[in-house]
Amino acid sequence: MGEAASPQRGSVGGERTAEKASMRFGVLQFPGSCDDRDALRACRQVGEARLVWHEDTELSDVDVVVVPGGFSYGDYLRPGAIARFAPAMEAVTRHSAAGRPVLGICNGFQVLCEAGLLPGALLPNDYLHFVCRQVELRVESTSTPFTSECRSGQQLSIPVKHGSGRYFVPPEELDRIEARGGVVLRYAPGHNPNGSAHDIAGVVNEQGNVMGLMPHPEHAVDPLTGSDDGLRILASLAAWAVRQDREPLSA
Amino acid sequence: MKILIRPKPGILDPQGKAIERALPALGFEGVSQVRVGRLVELEAVEPDRVPELCDKLLANPLIEDYEIHLEETAPSG
Repeated sequence: MGEAASPQRGSVGGERTAEKASMRFGVLQFPGSCDDRDALRACRQVGEARLVWHEDTELSDVDVVVVPGGFSYGDYLRPGAIARFAPAMEAVTRHSAAGRPVLGICNGFQVLCEAGLLPGALLPNDYLHFVCRQVELRVESTSTPFTSECRSGQQLSIPVKHGSGRYFVPPEELDRIEARGGVVLRYAPGHNPNGSAHDIAGVVNEQGNVMGLMPHPEHAVDPLTGSDDGLRILASLAAWAVRQDREPLSA
Repeated sequence: MKILIRPKPGILDPQGKAIERALPALGFEGVSQVRVGRLVELEAVEPDRVPELCDKLLANPLIEDYEIHLEETAPSG
């Protein structure tokens, strides 16, 4: 039904515009990932996409890495603690070091924090409840590859579903992140579902090419399920890749 | 050896709070400051490397403290 309602534009062999042909997402797949397929499908609405198995270390054909949600390695020890040692994460670290975008969603955000690619950590929600609901987010910065297709202050309606989403960094680091404009997405007033510091829903690293967020843009890509606001984030990344095509990073 | 891992002081521990709130209903009054951590038991050929192991995997130094307890050797074979 979803396929019929919203054809997968940009898929291999499908109808493509010149813009879409030139960029590819790589969606990581760990044992225990569960949003990899949704992410793949969502990415294909704005570009090409393929899965990257956790033992795969080849990402040279990939413009943008997506570390999806789920429960990688059963979330044993701490969410993301074991996934960060997967061979694919070495490739993700190299990809990031080259200045190319990495988007971590939910468990992917936790993995990127554990891997040290993003500051901070995600703690169990303040009331210990697993939360699964639509939340409103405010776009705090549009100068990132993840939000260039959003308007500053724009409100996005995107679902969350997590048990450990309480963003924490020590206070002095939090001040530094705020000062450099590292908070890209904030829960709108009254929408903080987990007790995150400063209502933080999404942060970007200092270089601006790695973002983690707890809400799931890949679950908000069709009005049929309530919102397609998540596409703004993926479309921003597709636009980034097209810009890079014209002005490569190495130039 | 045993490795005791716990949330750093000052970090809200909702698990501890939930336990604390449940205790009066069971008739246990006056229990406070409940904090929940975890205990990892392991044997290591290179005990000197265990702190590194803790920093890199068993604990997240940003949010957790850990203590390493060497077990006393058994009195006799």
